[in-house]
Amino acid sequence: MNVVPLHKNPRRLGQVNVPKVTMAHGGGGKAMRDLIDDVFVSAFDNETLATMEDQARFRLSDLAQYGDRLAMTTDSYVIHPLKFPGGDIGKLAVCGTVNDLAVGGAKPLYLSCGVIIEEGIEVETLREIARSMAKTAREAGVMVVTGDTKVVDKGACDKLFINTTGIGVIRTGIDLGAGKVKPGDAILVNGLLGDHGAAILNARGDMKLSTPLESDCAALHGLIDTLLAAAPGTRFLRDATRGGIATVLNEVADASQVGIEIHEDKTPLRAEVRGFCEILGLDPLYLANEGKLVTAVPADQADAALAAMRAHALGRDAAVIGHATDGRPGRVVMHTVFGGRRIVDMLVGEQLPRIC
Amino acid sequence: MKYVDEFRDPAKAKTLLAEINLLTDKLRKGKDRPLQIMEVCGGHTHAIFRYGIESMLPDGIELIHGPGCPVCVLPMGRVDDCVALSELPNVIFTTFGDAMRVPGSKKSLLQAKSEGCDVRMVYSPLDALKLAKENPDKEVIFFALGFETTMPSTAMTVLQAEREGIKNFSLFCNHITIIPTVKAILDSPELTLDGFLGPGHVSMVIGNSPYNFIAEQYGKPLVVAGFEPLDVLHAIWMVLKQMDEKRSVVENQYSRVVPEDGNAVALDAIGRVFELREFFEWRGLGSIDHSGVRMRDEYAAFDAERKFTIKSVKIADPKSCQCGEVLKGVIKPWECKVFGTACTPETPLGALMVSSEGACAAYYQFGDVEKIHHKREELKRAAS
Repeated sequence: MNVVPLHKNPRRLGQVNVPKVTMAHGGGGKAMRDLIDDVFVSAFDNETLATMEDQARFRLSDLAQYGDRLAMTTDSYVIHPLKFPGGDIGKLAVCGTVNDLAVGGAKPLYLSCGVIIEEGIEVETLREIARSMAKTAREAGVMVVTGDTKVVDKGACDKLFINTTGIGVIRTGIDLGAGKVKPGDAILVNGLLGDHGAAILNARGDMKLSTPLESDCAALHGLIDTLLAAAPGTRFLRDATRGGIATVLNEVADASQVGIEIHEDKTPLRAEVRGFCEILGLDPLYLANEGKLVTAVPADQADAALAAMRAHALGRDAAVIGHATDGRPGRVVMHTVFGGRRIVDMLVGEQLPRIC
Repeated sequence: MKYVDEFRDPAKAKTLLAEINLLTDKLRKGKDRPLQIMEVCGGHTHAIFRYGIESMLPDGIELIHGPGCPVCVLPMGRVDDCVALSELPNVIFTTFGDAMRVPGSKKSLLQAKSEGCDVRMVYSPLDALKLAKENPDKEVIFFALGFETTMPSTAMTVLQAEREGIKNFSLFCNHITIIPTVKAILDSPELTLDGFLGPGHVSMVIGNSPYNFIAEQYGKPLVVAGFEPLDVLHAIWMVLKQMDEKRSVVENQYSRVVPEDGNAVALDAIGRVFELREFFEWRGLGSIDHSGVRMRDEYAAFDAERKFTIKSVKIADPKSCQCGEVLKGVIKPWECKVFGTACTPETPLGALMVSSEGACAAYYQFGDVEKIHHKREELKRAAS
């Protein structure tokens, strides 16, 4: 991290000495200040935040060293349960926003952290989640530089909601977009699909499967750096979160007015996730991912892109799953393992388990 | 994946398709229309679309997607009853997931939930019974839905509730039975079907003999089929083989799951808890005699229809819907006047657009409509 925050004004941090959050912690007084210090400022541990100004301040010259355009994104995280195999809401809130910046070709730099807390939550739970956010941010090389805390009545939110806004800088010369894909381009993913969606459904506990399903929650900017270096002609990148890769592919096909054909037998899936989907009648193409991206690269750079991704820890199971065509614009078709063809459309609502 | 991949083997599919092509050519000689085979069960419809089976079949075969999607054929009035039950104070209303989206005349269960009703998705009626035990001060109602496939598990749950003396659990019973409906379709004057794929999981419970009248009285071959794509192709081949040999009998392709006489324990549980209703209303098909079941008097204490006042208002299907004709194979889904325009999965007018197992929703979502349309035009030209 080369960017130096503008402030140096360390002060003694407050502490919370009760086990649970009450409405007093949202009242704007000392209790609130203690909660913010104890949970967030101490975890994020940077001087910009510690000065407690109403805004974080950056030198434009610091930013300009990374590229020629700013990228900004925001996302809110509401997930049940707060902790799940492979991650927690804090890790998710950092990775998700970092990824939203990175898939635009931006170097992620700064995050905000706004939290809405339901009264009654254990303070220790908050500390753990803040520490997880801080660890993930540190590993991703981003700083949480500003934040906001609200406490609401029991029932007004589900334990904890987090919003993160991210700022990054887009490298000069990179211009990725959903509308830039051309017929013939190869479509790639960086690994096994649907892990996050399956892990969360499983963690909610209704099915009580013993299968060790883990969320794939990860920050992808390092992988994206590697990919863009190997395949500078990359046309498009997107992390396939809610709605899965099916949704991303439909968005691209529509925005670029191309057809897309994918092959079921080339689509990387963990056996456990496949089994999970078979039992519940779900389609893994629509399951959420938190560490998977879809990319389109010119055909002559597909091999380089694939090799680069496979050499990275977050892309070991990367695969070319299909290509863009001059077929019917906006339509995504899958060649099934069985030898048939079917349309892969957008989901109407959320996927619901089938009756029988 | 074991016991799954074997049934999705593309090489075996090719062998079967070659046979199917030969038989189809032979059987279609002198006919100006494709051979029509109906898969009765929504599970088959789902598999056919999921694996793109229709795109693999020769032009001379047309699959007609039958009435066996229990979520689709649920009449609007019954959904309204579900919503009304979920709106009662102190009620936890439990349902299978895919029934939550079915539109009633005013709202779906999903909308009722968003307005604050305690509607919960369960994977089994036993989950609902567990909720009843955990919430003794609430009434837990389970939306019992489906054909003979799901009937045994609801019956067993009621028997368990009785044994355990649980007083705050009841069923809103909407179970239906497939045989009278197939008979109603066979009696339709417009019928042109050549054969049937029988519902595998229903047959696992009721056995194969209940279909005998289809083969014997109506002279149509029926093959009880499994739900993997090879099962479906294999069963289609078996139907064609019967036609070729001028036979019409009930055959069992799904013998790894379906016993000849069904499941005696399951049938006993069904018989103890349920009895036939005089008639039951189907969305798209109207009222069909003896096509639904209700709970016997002995289990009145577990019957939401008796525990609570239920209006059961009959709401007519919209006039523009042609679900009935699609179900009988008279028209294809996309030939319906409102397909994809007024009637879409977001705002379904008719039964078949409701669940992913419904023929219209399946076409809308997965179907290569242009290709199939083209196939049909080609056939018509070839015939004339």
